[in-house]
Amino acid sequence: MKILPAVAATLFALAVWQTIVSLTELPRFILPGPMLVAETWWTNRAVIAEHTLVTAQEVLLGLAIGTALGIFTALQLATSKTARLLVQPILVFTQALPVFALAPILTLWLGYGLWSKIAMAVLIIYFPVTSAFFDGLMRTPPGYLDLAKTMQASPSRVLWHIRVPAALPSLGAGVRLAAVYAPIGAVIGEWVGASKGLGYLMLLANGRAKTDLMFAAMLTLGVLSVLLYVVISKLTKSLGDRET
Amino acid sequence: MTHAPGITLKGAASIEGRQLFAPLSLTLDAGRWTCLLGGSGVGKTTVLRLLADLPTGAAFDGTIMATDGAGVADRIAYMAQDDLLLPWATVEKNITLGTRLRGQKADDARLSRLLDRCGLRDHLGKRPSELSGGQRQRVALARTLMEDKPIILLDEPFSALDAQTRAAMQDLAVELLAGRTVLVVTHDPGEAARLGHAIHVMTPAGLTSVAPPATAVPRAVEAMETLTCQSDLLRLLMGQAA
Repeated sequence: MKILPAVAATLFALAVWQTIVSLTELPRFILPGPMLVAETWWTNRAVIAEHTLVTAQEVLLGLAIGTALGIFTALQLATSKTARLLVQPILVFTQALPVFALAPILTLWLGYGLWSKIAMAVLIIYFPVTSAFFDGLMRTPPGYLDLAKTMQASPSRVLWHIRVPAALPSLGAGVRLAAVYAPIGAVIGEWVGASKGLGYLMLLANGRAKTDLMFAAMLTLGVLSVLLYVVISKLTKSLGDRET
Repeated sequence: MTHAPGITLKGAASIEGRQLFAPLSLTLDAGRWTCLLGGSGVGKTTVLRLLADLPTGAAFDGTIMATDGAGVADRIAYMAQDDLLLPWATVEKNITLGTRLRGQKADDARLSRLLDRCGLRDHLGKRPSELSGGQRQRVALARTLMEDKPIILLDEPFSALDAQTRAAMQDLAVELLAGRTVLVVTHDPGEAARLGHAIHVMTPAGLTSVAPPATAVPRAVEAMETLTCQSDLLRLLMGQAA
C-alpha cells in the first residue's frame, strides 16, 4: 500500500464530510463533522485510551487463541481421514449458523468480563484460519510427495518438513483475514454485555446522543484494526516470501 | 552404494479398463543407461512410476523383478523434469532432504564431495529462487546422488533446460551416475542417442528396441553415428504418429 495516495484520499474524504456537514448544518447528534469528532476525541482521549486497551487485549488474545486452535484443527484434519470424515461436516455446518446470535449466550456462560469477548473473536476467526491452513496442507505439490515417497519418508516427517512449510503462505492468508475479523468479534461481544471496551463506549455514546464520541470511538477501532492488519501482514509476509 | 542390479518389468497397464500400454517386457541392464523414448501419453512415465512404486492411476498387471531377487522400489532415487526443490530450503537442505525425511544424519563427507563435483560449493546457503535453471537441476542431481541408491530413475530430467545446458547436464549425469542402473524416460531422440546403452521406443503397441551406436556414452553431439541414431529414432517416432 502506497502511503501518499492513501493519505490524499483520506484527506479528500474528510474534506467532503466536513463540507456536507457545514453546508447542510445537520445537528451534531445526526452527523458531527470531522473537526468536531477530532475535538471530542482529544478531550476524551483518556477515556478512549482506557477502553481501547481493553478491546485491544480482547482482540490480541482472541487472535492468538483462535489461530492456535485453527492450526491445531487443520493439522488434525490433514493427518487423519477419520477426523476429516467426522469433523469437516460439523465445521461447515457451524459456518452456516449466525455466530453473532451466540453472543448473549457467551455472556451468560462466561460473564461480563474479557472472556465472553475473546470467545466471540475466537469463534469468528477459528474457521477462516482452520480452512486456509487445511487447504494449504491438502494442496502440497504432488511432486514433493512423490519425491518424499521415493526417499522412504515417514508421514510425520513429510508433514513437518514438506507439507507444513508448503502450507505456511496459506496459513498467513488465513491469519491476515483473522486480523480483520477479530476486532469485529470483540466489539459484537461488547455490544451484548460489557462495562468496558470500544464497543461498549460506542453503545453508551449512541444512547446518550453523543454521536461525536461514537464516531471518535469507531474511528479509533478502525485505526486499531488497520494497525493490527499491517503488523500481522508484516509478520506473515515472511511466510509468504518463502513460497517464491 | 550396494551393487547395482538389473531389472525386468513385464506386464500391461490399463486405466479404467482402457489399455494404456500393451503387454511389454523392459529390461534394464545392471550398471547401464537405458533410454525409454516415446511421445506423450504412451505410458512411459507410468513405467517409471511403477518401478518407483509411485501412484499412477493405472492398473498394472505384471511383475517387476531385480536380478538379485531383492526389492526395487526401496533402492531407487528419483529425479523429474520439475527439479522439485523446496523453495523455502537452502541448497544444502535440499540436497540432504532424504536424510532429514528419514530422521538420519547427513554424511558430511559425501555432501562435501558432491558439492565439489556438481559445482555447487558457492551456492550452499542460497535458496532455489536465486539459482538458474541449470544450477537448480544440478542441485536436484546432487540430491539424487546424496541418496546413494543403486537404481536411478530419471523422468525427462533435462527437458526444461536450454540446449547447451542440457548437453552439459547430460555429460555431468553420465559421469556422476557411472556404475548405477539408470532409466531415462525422454521424448527427445537426441537425448536417447547420446545417453542410451540401450534404447527402446515405446508405442501403444509395445516396445521397439533400437541398437545404439557402439561408442561410449555420453556420445559426442556432433558425431555422425549419434546424429544418424537420432534421426533413425525420430523417423520411428514420426512413423508412429502418422
